[in-house]
Amino acid sequence: MSSGSPILRRRFLAGGAALAAVVVLSACGAKTDAAGTSSDKAAKIDISGDTVKVGLLNSLSGTMAISEVTVRNSLLLAIDEINASGGVLGKKIKPISEDGASDWPTFAEKAAKLIKEDEVAATFGCWTSASRKAVKPVFEKNRSLLFYPVQYEGLEQSPYIFYTGATTNQQIVPALDYLKSQGKKSLYLVGSDYVFPRTANKEITAYAKANGMTILGEDYAPLGSTEFSTIANKVKASKADAVFNTLNGDSNVAFFKEYKSAGLSAKTMPVVSVSIAEEEVKSIGSQYLAGQLTAWNYYQTTPGAANEKFVAAYKAKYGEDKPTSDPMEAAYTSVYLWAAMVEKAKSFDPEKVKAASDGITFDAPEGKVTVDGATQHISKTARIGKIGTDGLITEVWNSGKPVEPDPFLKGYSWAADLS
Amino acid sequence: MNVLKGRSARAWAGFAGGAFALFAVAPFALSDFRLGLLAKYLCMAMVAVGICLAWGRGGLLTLGQGVFFGLGGYAMAMHLKITDAGPGNLPDFMQLYGTADELPWWWRPFENPVFAIAATVLLPMTVAALLGLFIFRRRVKGAYFAILSQALASAFAIWLVGQQATTGGTNGLTDIQGFFGYDLDDPVNQRMVYFVIAASLLALIALARQLIHSRYGELLVAVRDSEERVRFLGYDPANVKLVAYVVAAGMAGLAGALFVPAVGIISPALIGIVPSIEFVIGAAVGGRASLVGAVLGALAVAWAKTALSEEFPAGWTYFQGLLFIVALAFLPGGLASLTKLFRRRRAVAQKSPVIPVGEAA
Amino acid sequence: MTVILGQTFTGISIGAVLLLIALGLSLTFGQMNVINMAHGEFIMAGAYTTYVLQKSISSAGISLLVALPVAFLVSGALGALLEWLLIRRLYLRPLDTLLVTWGVSLMLQQLARDIFGAPNVQTRAPDLLTGNITLIGGDDPLSVANSRLFILGLAIAAVVALSLTLRLTPLGRRIRAVVQNRDLAEVSGISTSRVDRTAFFIGSGLAGVAGVALTLVGPIGPTMGTNVIIDAFLVIVVGGIGQLKGSVIVAFVLGALQSVLEYSTTVSVAKVLVLVAIVAFLQWRPQGLYTLRTRSLV
Repeated sequence: MSSGSPILRRRFLAGGAALAAVVVLSACGAKTDAAGTSSDKAAKIDISGDTVKVGLLNSLSGTMAISEVTVRNSLLLAIDEINASGGVLGKKIKPISEDGASDWPTFAEKAAKLIKEDEVAATFGCWTSASRKAVKPVFEKNRSLLFYPVQYEGLEQSPYIFYTGATTNQQIVPALDYLKSQGKKSLYLVGSDYVFPRTANKEITAYAKANGMTILGEDYAPLGSTEFSTIANKVKASKADAVFNTLNGDSNVAFFKEYKSAGLSAKTMPVVSVSIAEEEVKSIGSQYLAGQLTAWNYYQTTPGAANEKFVAAYKAKYGEDKPTSDPMEAAYTSVYLWAAMVEKAKSFDPEKVKAASDGITFDAPEGKVTVDGATQHISKTARIGKIGTDGLITEVWNSGKPVEPDPFLKGYSWAADLS
Repeated sequence: MNVLKGRSARAWAGFAGGAFALFAVAPFALSDFRLGLLAKYLCMAMVAVGICLAWGRGGLLTLGQGVFFGLGGYAMAMHLKITDAGPGNLPDFMQLYGTADELPWWWRPFENPVFAIAATVLLPMTVAALLGLFIFRRRVKGAYFAILSQALASAFAIWLVGQQATTGGTNGLTDIQGFFGYDLDDPVNQRMVYFVIAASLLALIALARQLIHSRYGELLVAVRDSEERVRFLGYDPANVKLVAYVVAAGMAGLAGALFVPAVGIISPALIGIVPSIEFVIGAAVGGRASLVGAVLGALAVAWAKTALSEEFPAGWTYFQGLLFIVALAFLPGGLASLTKLFRRRRAVAQKSPVIPVGEAA
Repeated sequence: MTVILGQTFTGISIGAVLLLIALGLSLTFGQMNVINMAHGEFIMAGAYTTYVLQKSISSAGISLLVALPVAFLVSGALGALLEWLLIRRLYLRPLDTLLVTWGVSLMLQQLARDIFGAPNVQTRAPDLLTGNITLIGGDDPLSVANSRLFILGLAIAAVVALSLTLRLTPLGRRIRAVVQNRDLAEVSGISTSRVDRTAFFIGSGLAGVAGVALTLVGPIGPTMGTNVIIDAFLVIVVGGIGQLKGSVIVAFVLGALQSVLEYSTTVSVAKVLVLVAIVAFLQWRPQGLYTLRTRSLV
């Protein structure tokens, strides 16, 4: 080996020189200032032929697949229905599915793929706030539309996202109003450790302060965590009037099993959940959930012809034992809203679709919804439900009329410090 | 001597060929989007270079590369977020979720670009050095080291998630706009980022090759194959391993730092156990002990993940799983061993010694 | 006071779950040094076995009791199959085993998703196991969950059964012989490959049993195994590879540590602290709590 060292040195020098050349070569980027005109190009949309492509971006693998697969199912149902009645602007909708794999950078990659390679007219999907935050810049930079179908923490208003799930004043605030009207004075907050629960709990704390309620404790478990005995102990020891639950996914199952084991029940200490819909009830079991409260804008039992049709169509397509839920309904609605906007704009161009969006209404399974062009959210009726022993959720209270979206809670004085 | 010269000439040809493909072919053959993906794959390949050194050559079961990748990525992203926000302003997510009105103290140093760039490499190296110092001194190895690394990766990810106000929590640091004054929105600048990444990868390959073919490289393989004998010869195997581990960590850190402008996001999802395993799998599929194999393997695995999931969004994990199983169970030397197999067949008469691909158990 | 007692029992019950999950690994990882990442999916297989059985057996209690041996056989068979197909080719390459079984784990998860659907599924627990026993009544009551008591009992029974098997039966003797000196065992006429497969069968079968127990406390879904698997590996590593008593002690210590820290801080912080404590402990005792004494230099 020692005889090799002169060669090594020469090689090293040569390598260094080559490297220097490469670095110089690579520094030929164009420096433009951040406010420059570089992003003037909107995404291209492929409208050649008699189809128009839309992207479906959901986690089909990984931990979030338990929830997101059903959203994709109901997006596909809406697309089928629209195609059966003639499509949009005379074109059939062709869905392109991508798997976000429960991984946020993958969501960003797939969003870019849908926009740039497939040249989709719009994209539907995402579930967690983290995945939405990851794709938000992608849609904004490429000026392409995302329809986001899940209730979320508010405090956001991207010009290229339509939010068809509830923002906080359509779900969390009504839930708190309901608890207050029931005489609940003290709350315990339990949530998964990510953006939605942490932000929601900040809002709940502000609400409680202004409304004479006390928060007796606040606990977060990492996403996917399934060991809740200590949290159940803490909740039990707090003797709170009610629990506000923002846990997501797998954790709910473990939490409610532990809750019951600790001897707590809907009678002694009701839990209001904002992420437990029919699908989750089915996987946890009404054995553990009967009598507990949920806050949503839609239940499978919501009355109305539009819902009967939706539930029947869903069951016909995916199986008699498959329930429908709020995020699925919001996803279903989002496709119809997009189609209506396109028809009104007479164009697939995102800018024109956006301009046409204000005032679009749809008789959704949840009742009549109206798009608010200014915030790009939709008005939704808030509904508090009680989980029955049959696994279905029945409404115990609703807001009477659709609640206007207020993502930044500007209409609530207690929320002044939040954003 | 002749063998050495022949090998060096072949390496040069390969290196030049790779550089040609990266700089002259790819930018023209690929769309902006695909080039961006290639930039991402190249970052994975940079991690694989370090893994080739530490695992392939040194036999260290490096299952915590996500930690070092993340340290580098976060160091870079913190600086970019601060500059994006502009002087006096807090990064967007802190305004949204934070409670403090000013930057946390441990963010402050990252305002300085020189510090941030240095930190992307030095921070992972320091952490690796501290960790390695203890672990290798205590002769923790094999399966223990693997599980320990995974535990660390998991702990780091959970910690990041828990600190939403200062780290962005599960979201990570997203929406990165500029890269030292260059607007990342601009395809021209994205291309520049690609070139920087490609150049860095080539530099790391050159560096790793230098190390592998040096006296140190021989020692490293010796430690891998028989640690006790090396100890009895008077060397300290702990130090030998430490160097490989620290260098690999630095490479992963640099990869993480460059990943940030290429993809525009760094999040705990890139740090935990799953990504740490994925980093290793690339190198393993290609051939851990061969630099070319590890790099091409990492590129191939990353590319396969994209291609398979685009083609079969609902069932692509079957193919991915199958790929890992077939490549690793039936081709222990990785794809690189295929060429070796050919070469051996051709030169049976020459009796070329076969380099064993073992690892310290 | 009741808080301390309550948390103590919580610690024990977390420990019992950990122990049950880790017990199978103490054979496959502890004795045979195989890092099997698909172990979590064998747990999942056990849980889904319970789910399937409940469809045909209406009584929740009987189906749970039937599920225990059936899940043992199902997961055990999967494990033996995996050993025969893949792992036996990889015995001297621990990291390769890890990566290959990682691939297997990805495929098994997708398989579960395709067979049972992506959402979690539900099993009913017998009413007896959803309640609790009140130990101290009054204003500040202390109660203990029946499901946790059941898991504790199951864990103890499994530990006793496993250690008796290893210590007293001819099979156990053969396994120990192979672990201590494979070559010597081989030349003494023991078919090491058969012993390997049997050990893998038992270890994986125990994962199935753990899966049945987990249906009482957690979700049943495609990714349920990945959530718990690393903790289980840590139990074995800290306990000392090949040391059953080490694993038992460590499982309960970690459970207690986790529950105390969770109570005084948050779940995330507790998890991080426990992991850091483990890393620190391994600096001090790199071979774990108990070590197998050998003449090897390392």
